[in-house]
Amino acid sequence: MSENTDNNILEEVTSGEYKFGFFTDIETDLAPRGLTEDTIRFISAKKEEPEWMLEFRLKAFRHWLTLKVPEWAHLHYPEIDYQDIHYYAAPKKRPQLNSLDEVDPELLDTFKRLGISLDEQKRLSNVAVDAVIDSVSVKTTFQSTLAKKGIIFCSFSDAVKNHPELVKKYMGTVVPYTDNYYAALNSAVFSDGSFCYIPKGVRSPLELSTYFRINAANTGQFERTLIVAEEGGYVSYLEGCTAPQRDENQLHAAIVEIIAMDDAEVKYSTVQNWYPGDKEGKGGVYNFVTKRGLCKGQRSKISWTQVETGSAITWKYPSCVLLGDHAIGEFYSVAVTNHFQQADTGTKMIHIGKNTRSTIISKGISAGKSNNSYRGLVKIMPGATNSRNFSQCDSLLLGSRCGAHTFPFIDTRNHSSIVEHEATTSKISEDQLFYCNQRGIDTEKAIGLIVNGYAKEVLNKLPMEFAVEAQKLLAITLEGSVG
Amino acid sequence: MLLNIKDLTVAINGKEIIKGLNLQVNKGEVHAIMGPNGSGKSTLAAAITGRDGYEVTKGEIWYKGQNIVGLEADERANMGIFLSFQYPVEIPGVSMTNFMRTALNAQREYRGQPNIPAGEFLKLMEEKKKMVDIHAKLTKRSVNEGFSGGEKKKNEIFQMALLEPTLAILDETDSGLDIDALRTVAKGVNELRSSENGFVVITHYQRLLEYIVPDYVHVLSDGKIVKSGTKNLALDLEEKGYEWLKEEAAV
Repeated sequence: MSENTDNNILEEVTSGEYKFGFFTDIETDLAPRGLTEDTIRFISAKKEEPEWMLEFRLKAFRHWLTLKVPEWAHLHYPEIDYQDIHYYAAPKKRPQLNSLDEVDPELLDTFKRLGISLDEQKRLSNVAVDAVIDSVSVKTTFQSTLAKKGIIFCSFSDAVKNHPELVKKYMGTVVPYTDNYYAALNSAVFSDGSFCYIPKGVRSPLELSTYFRINAANTGQFERTLIVAEEGGYVSYLEGCTAPQRDENQLHAAIVEIIAMDDAEVKYSTVQNWYPGDKEGKGGVYNFVTKRGLCKGQRSKISWTQVETGSAITWKYPSCVLLGDHAIGEFYSVAVTNHFQQADTGTKMIHIGKNTRSTIISKGISAGKSNNSYRGLVKIMPGATNSRNFSQCDSLLLGSRCGAHTFPFIDTRNHSSIVEHEATTSKISEDQLFYCNQRGIDTEKAIGLIVNGYAKEVLNKLPMEFAVEAQKLLAITLEGSVG
Repeated sequence: MLLNIKDLTVAINGKEIIKGLNLQVNKGEVHAIMGPNGSGKSTLAAAITGRDGYEVTKGEIWYKGQNIVGLEADERANMGIFLSFQYPVEIPGVSMTNFMRTALNAQREYRGQPNIPAGEFLKLMEEKKKMVDIHAKLTKRSVNEGFSGGEKKKNEIFQMALLEPTLAILDETDSGLDIDALRTVAKGVNELRSSENGFVVITHYQRLLEYIVPDYVHVLSDGKIVKSGTKNLALDLEEKGYEWLKEEAAV
């Protein structure tokens, strides 16, 4: 009916609570607050790193000192005091990787409450998990199963120790520390993350996943993930994240690098559910992430799927550099913002090789007083003849106090390529809600249904096990947004 | 008595549209409501189904022995009130199957029943699809998306068949239908008629009533029922239009 009725319904429904806001009291090993070369030496020493890694960190740190915080995004937040953050926090009891019995029961319980069982017997049988809490990886499951195929799946720290040649060869080749402010920061202080290597001709029999949890207070999380798929390799990878409910903001600045050789394929899916802050906009995670994939080989393919429901601030542009001829890049995104959340997210598709193709499907959903922006770049280089891009950016508004923005950039430098861009903006109408109500479906369920329908194209790209979770998450995020 | 509307006044944004309306529907009866544009027919449907923005300023709506004024729309639906929409809305990305299963389960939950097993639900859908002669693929498509006018109306009747309401309100179900679709829709309705449910059929034209034969016909004018009669009243209206009633009412 009237605008007012619309808004009232939307408000009632999208003021739900964050369900992963609990804090686990684990004994934590903490670096002192602040960031100096000493902090970096402290982290490196804690992780018993080789000299070359420390050098990499220090170079990145010195570069970071010369950089300014980027201000081009459509985001507003108070200046971050980088000297007021702990850059390293680790559960004190370092568990043995081979035995679950030796993992701190508090930790096991934490992951259980998050719906992640680290017990291989009880785990979904086709998913291997690397669980990262604060700055360290606590457990990686199914390592031996994967090792039989020659697949390496371990924490980044273990990779530095056990596979230094691979880490040296690939780290920083897709996202150099000079890339941007947050990438430089991460390169200086990154703590842990996952490493995955798929040898030539191997298809990973399991979905690989990393589960990130920020637990300690006033800590930043800076993880780093590196995935390399050799010729003909295939892996589907999933990342999930949550954090306790806190009044102060927490910083998260990650790097993900993917490299795909000839005929290799990597699917990277994210369900991002960092604490978004409360209804008044207090607290929440600042999420500044650099994710980039390099389609190095011919006919290689990298596909990003993201469901972004959490964080107070999201600054994230998972991108593909399509270097090899006939390479394919894909970006499928659902970003939901509610209350006072702000998201500036999208992708970059850089076409360098001939006959390269890219697809971008972005679905933004804004509720409450939130702001949701799509920002994308499609760049087709002179040598990328006969390349194609298709982009579709849709925005859905719930209520009339939220914002949706689209900033698409297209830069085409040859005449044989085709770039298509479509964009729509729509609102959940009172007509749709009443139609559902009249069939007996209450307003909250109706919004879940409509939003999931709107996002279906993207949700369908998620691995089966996670699609269901993601659907529920969308509905929960919007609880209380409709009024 | 299934439905008993007493001295009902309904306003939209403070403007009175229904002005003291009375209507009684017993189980097993079909009531047709006719009237010129703007007489308040669709407003009446919205008020009975509990749509937001339609404010009952006076009077009562008794349904199954309970005054339902003030109840939420979804609760009324779950109590067995169904509205076949004049303009069914599209819900992109939500398949008919998913939509109907959600609706049916909401109803079952309200009645304290467990969710319907998937196999049973699919069987039920197949059965009802045949009843209204809708294309097998229709239920795989998104709710009303890309449906023709006829398909949308058939789809409303299909939903009605699945939900088996006690009180069904058909709001101009005949508008925009060709004669074949009209017959199919009417056939569906007639199959659903029973001694346990009642229908309120809102229409402009007598044509629909040749296929769905009403027990009573009421004429709505300026927010009130100005004349009631049997199906013959519809024929009179077809012949003479609504003007004579206004004149009669004025006398």
